[in-house]
Amino acid sequence: MDLTAAPPVADRNTAADLRRILQRCRTIAVVGLSAEWHRPSYFAAAYMQGKGYRILPVNPRYAGQAILGMPCVARLEDITEPVDLVDVFRKTDDVGPIAASAIALGAKCLWQQIGVMNAQADAAARAAGLDSVMNRCVKIEHARLFGGLHWAGVNTGLVSARRRA
Amino acid sequence: MSDHRFAPETLAIHAGQIPDAATGARALPIYQTTSFVFDSADHAADLFNLATFGNVYSRLSNPTVAALEERVAALEGGRAAVASASGMAAEAMALMTLLQQGDHVVAAGALYGGTVTMLAVSLAKFGIETTFVDATNPEAFAAAMRPNTRAVFAESLGNPSLAVLDIAAVADVAHAHGLPLVIDNTVPSPYLCNPIALGADIVVHSATKYLAGHGTTLGGVIVESGTFPWDNGKFPGMTEPSAGYHGVKFYETFGDFGFSMRARMETLRVYGSALSPMSAWQILQGVETLPLRMERHSGNALAVARHLRAHPQVGWVNYPGLDDHPQHGLVQRQMRHIGGRPAASGLLSFGVKGGMAAGVKFIESAQMMSHLANIGDTRTLMIHPASTTHRQLSAEQQLAAGVPPDMVRLSIGLEHVDDILWDIDAALAAAAKV
Repeated sequence: MDLTAAPPVADRNTAADLRRILQRCRTIAVVGLSAEWHRPSYFAAAYMQGKGYRILPVNPRYAGQAILGMPCVARLEDITEPVDLVDVFRKTDDVGPIAASAIALGAKCLWQQIGVMNAQADAAARAAGLDSVMNRCVKIEHARLFGGLHWAGVNTGLVSARRRA
Repeated sequence: MSDHRFAPETLAIHAGQIPDAATGARALPIYQTTSFVFDSADHAADLFNLATFGNVYSRLSNPTVAALEERVAALEGGRAAVASASGMAAEAMALMTLLQQGDHVVAAGALYGGTVTMLAVSLAKFGIETTFVDATNPEAFAAAMRPNTRAVFAESLGNPSLAVLDIAAVADVAHAHGLPLVIDNTVPSPYLCNPIALGADIVVHSATKYLAGHGTTLGGVIVESGTFPWDNGKFPGMTEPSAGYHGVKFYETFGDFGFSMRARMETLRVYGSALSPMSAWQILQGVETLPLRMERHSGNALAVARHLRAHPQVGWVNYPGLDDHPQHGLVQRQMRHIGGRPAASGLLSFGVKGGMAAGVKFIESAQMMSHLANIGDTRTLMIHPASTTHRQLSAEQQLAAGVPPDMVRLSIGLEHVDDILWDIDAALAAAAKV
């Protein structure tokens, strides 16, 4: 049997790809962001905000209100500033129009969260020149690549003899 | 940094430790501290709410302990790991996270005695019932299932029975019932067998044994595969808001390492069986040489098993690495092959002709081999269960527990095999005079 250990791989992005994406994308529109602190979307957005990212909440349920201190809009199209990364906390079937909006907005990356795997949206984003990530959590990947997740005993899949950044 | 599949020999040395930002220390620093400062009130709140990752208090997590956790997770091909103060503490953490009052466990029958006591006596006290079945018969696991069964527990290689579990077949049975398979993989160590690759969902280790390898330090680890579907309706503790931790839904929030986070925050944090940083560091010194040691342990044990089988004073030999072992086909499939044949660890048992008195005489006549109750040391260890660990049982009870009066268990060490054989031959010669 093959006893070579490797962490589960979610998509075709390498650690280097994800590192590049998370370094160049500083403004994140979070589609489906909840205002409730114990929801995964809130966990992830709060974490990224704490790491210096600009979070733009998108959720019709909270439109006009603030989440994490930032004004929430109903749809991606309602955002009036440049967006680098569109982070999707929606059902797989709902991602198609979100991908189209992300491309129209000039975003650099379409990111589908854990459990969200719309292959057509992934292909459309890549065809339009965007980076595309599926079935991964933006918070967990940031913590895996830039420190933190390791402290939770998680297999980060990283081996390096260089000083941790 | 590019993606590459590192081999276990490399992971045993590197996984889980990248030189730290503050000092660049190449060897793993020992973070001998109970507590860690917060940057601000908000940072403290985020840590307590699990909104960010970091260290608070060493009963929950510690950077030195984390290096051991990630390394064992990597060696097992798992998603995440949590360390504990001993192997028994690891088993307790896995089972107490999985189970609650009224639940039922199907477990292999020929388990390590401490595990049997935990299941049959200690957990029974809390209303958790266990049915023990024949470890060599996957259908017996299926036949023992009940509507309230919530875990299947077995050892990959039984201690001291050396029964070999058909991990893939028992995993299929567990999964057909929507249950996780928990495997104690202490005896093969992650270098010789990876239960997760064969379908297991949670692996537990006594790191005291081969992982540490030096017989100096107690420790344990649980590893989760990251692939069990905890939202199948049978594990509300994974999917519903946690009463034990601020209403967090562990599976929804942490996904494929949700079980480890729940074990850490609901069980380790509350029951307090944390591993000390010093112990984690000592265990890691051993883990770095695990692949080399398992090769030598297995090679020496095979030579001893072959020698014993040809010895006129020996009635029988039980070593899964022998070609005529009744489960050798399974050993061929499940264990790492070294030098063209499966490696089966340093554990073996045999019968001294002359029964109880001859077994005792063998033990008392050895010069280099140590008479004690541990396994997985650099030193060759031996015990005569009928006169020690199983002494309080009647002769009939001993036989039922798989302990005949002539049985000697050896944990073959890393000494030169000629010296081990010399000591065995001298002790057998003395036993022949009884």
